[in-house]
Amino acid sequence: MMPTIMKQGRLAPWLYLAPALLIMLVFIAYPTANTIVLSFMDRTGSITAATTCVAGEPCWGMFENYRYALTSPDMLLALKNNALWLVLMVPGTVIAGLFFALLAERVRYEKIAKSIIFMPMAISFIGAGIIWQFVYSIQSGGGAQTGLLNAIIVRFGGQPIAWMSTSTINNFALMVVGVWLWAGFCMTILSAALKNVPGEVLEASRVDGASEWQVFWKVTIPLIMPTLVVVTTTMIINILKIFDIVFVMTGGNYGTEVIANRMFKLIVTDTGRSMALAVLLISLMIPIMIVNIRRFRQQEAMR
Amino acid sequence: MKMFSGLNRFFRSLPLHLALILMCLVWILPTVGLFVTSFRSKEDVRTSGWWSIFAPKPIEGVAEYTMYCASCHGADGKTIVVADLSDPSLVGNYSRSYQLLGMLKQEVNGGPHLKDTLLPTQANQSLEVLSAVLGYTQHLSGITRNASELTFSNYMDALVGYKGTNNYQDDCKTSGVESNIKFKCKLSDLLNPEGMGAAFLNTLMVTLPTTFLVILFAAFAAFAFAWLDFRGRQWMFALLVGLQIVPLQMTLVPIARLYASIGIQGTFLGIWLFHVGFGLPYAIYLMRNFIGSLPREIFESAYLDGANHWKAFTKLVMPLAMPAIASLGIFQFLWVWNDFLVAKIFLSSHPVLTVQITNLIDPRGANWHILTGAAFLSFLIPMFVFFVFQKYFVRGLLAGSVKG
Repeated sequence: MMPTIMKQGRLAPWLYLAPALLIMLVFIAYPTANTIVLSFMDRTGSITAATTCVAGEPCWGMFENYRYALTSPDMLLALKNNALWLVLMVPGTVIAGLFFALLAERVRYEKIAKSIIFMPMAISFIGAGIIWQFVYSIQSGGGAQTGLLNAIIVRFGGQPIAWMSTSTINNFALMVVGVWLWAGFCMTILSAALKNVPGEVLEASRVDGASEWQVFWKVTIPLIMPTLVVVTTTMIINILKIFDIVFVMTGGNYGTEVIANRMFKLIVTDTGRSMALAVLLISLMIPIMIVNIRRFRQQEAMR
Repeated sequence: MKMFSGLNRFFRSLPLHLALILMCLVWILPTVGLFVTSFRSKEDVRTSGWWSIFAPKPIEGVAEYTMYCASCHGADGKTIVVADLSDPSLVGNYSRSYQLLGMLKQEVNGGPHLKDTLLPTQANQSLEVLSAVLGYTQHLSGITRNASELTFSNYMDALVGYKGTNNYQDDCKTSGVESNIKFKCKLSDLLNPEGMGAAFLNTLMVTLPTTFLVILFAAFAAFAFAWLDFRGRQWMFALLVGLQIVPLQMTLVPIARLYASIGIQGTFLGIWLFHVGFGLPYAIYLMRNFIGSLPREIFESAYLDGANHWKAFTKLVMPLAMPAIASLGIFQFLWVWNDFLVAKIFLSSHPVLTVQITNLIDPRGANWHILTGAAFLSFLIPMFVFFVFQKYFVRGLLAGSVKG
């Protein structure tokens, strides 16, 4: 790290840090510790979770809430869905973002095109939910379809689909909304990385007879790899804690439950279980946290 | 030759343009759909898709009118001056088809009203024909609104928080019972606590102080992390990088309990503090990266001139960090503006825009038309900020793309 040069007393740095540290202590550190404690308590958060065991059924003692988190049917569905989101959405958004960035770079209306893709980032999830309602809605009792997608399907002679309440289809429909929201984020960051790839390097490899395809895979991709890693890890975190889209569009019903939504539902009714889910969620993120800190250290070392 | 190569290039890049434009269309279409819908009447929203404004509904009753009436009254209804069918005061006298039937049974100028073509003999069939004729004359005279006519009533209803079955402006004109209870039909209705107008002010009350405080505290801390020396500087900052990913939901219960015990649950102070706490890790990270990259020499020369750390902070760091402050400010602003969860839990008594939208939702799904207006009202400021300050937004995103 850079050597310091300011003349200062021993107290001065702490005065600058005090407001931020105090607030973060109260609003991040304390709740995190409290959450861990509560995750071993019952639904009211007053006595140990071991008391919620039912005779004759499996019991994990004070880890009872974690038994719920890892083995209950509700949670197995949520875990499965979170895994599905991770496997499909992370590559989906990153590839879509990269694709846009690559295409937009080659045209004169780059700015407008990128603004359009990026725009969903500026609006709320609630707003996005209402926007997509008019794409997915279904009119089941005769009458004209007012949802765009079903109107198209019916126009070409198909049967309208209940996008939000047909299980498995609804998960994919929600992921489409997710890609719509997040692809702009990936595009923006990857586009900046692409602009940093020196043109001479690309020219040189073309002169050496490499095809565009080879240039892309052998030159461009390795050069933007660090950024690809950043975007991917960020998306993994976003998807792990995916909540808003599901909450707004299906409320986790019809088989679309995810961990964060389950956790939110349980906050009032069963604090212990809810907090166990919170701890589960953060433990899933710890590997990413370590990757981030390590990358930060490397950056600092290079300064 | 040159022309051919240009043409060749054009055709080779055609798939690129097509792909890009198609994707942009797909991306923008859902939003355009909502935008168009927000100007359509309740009935239109319920019965047809937003795209039908580009293909107006066929006007009904043309065939019947032509068959029975056009020979005397003319295609535009104006041929007989004393019985001008384009005159709303005349057509308005007959709002039901049996009234029309009764009038047609009377003689005109000593002969039957209908001369050439007679109505069907069965009563219900003739009433059916006449209701079509009536519909067309109402269209001719301008009594019925054109099907694809656009309206601001959704926005008005959303602003005042109208929850009745008609719309706010019509209710106020007829001053029905419902409107008398809830609305005064004056400008003060805009501040009705159930409407988007009041929610707009609440959102401002949450967003502006939060953004200001985050910038201030983050600048202080970032300066210390970047240019002051203290024990634990490195590991504390590494911890901060890690803290950025703590999911917000994790802290809701402990903080809600804390607030309840000290009595600030449901206050603006409570939500300011919460948002500031969650904004800080990213904000400090972003500011520290920027402030840390300022050249050493300016600090050295300031130091030689006898400036202390406070002077360096206020006179050097803050002015130079303006681009970073702009980025951070916009980022934080949009983030808090669009937040739903925190406001729902900590400030449900003063609903912000996102919370108010969900309050407006009718469980029977009968007011989607109002939600469209409400949603766009909540987009106004973020969209403006986004398009005007996009440069800074992108910069903020690039500077610390760890946070979600």
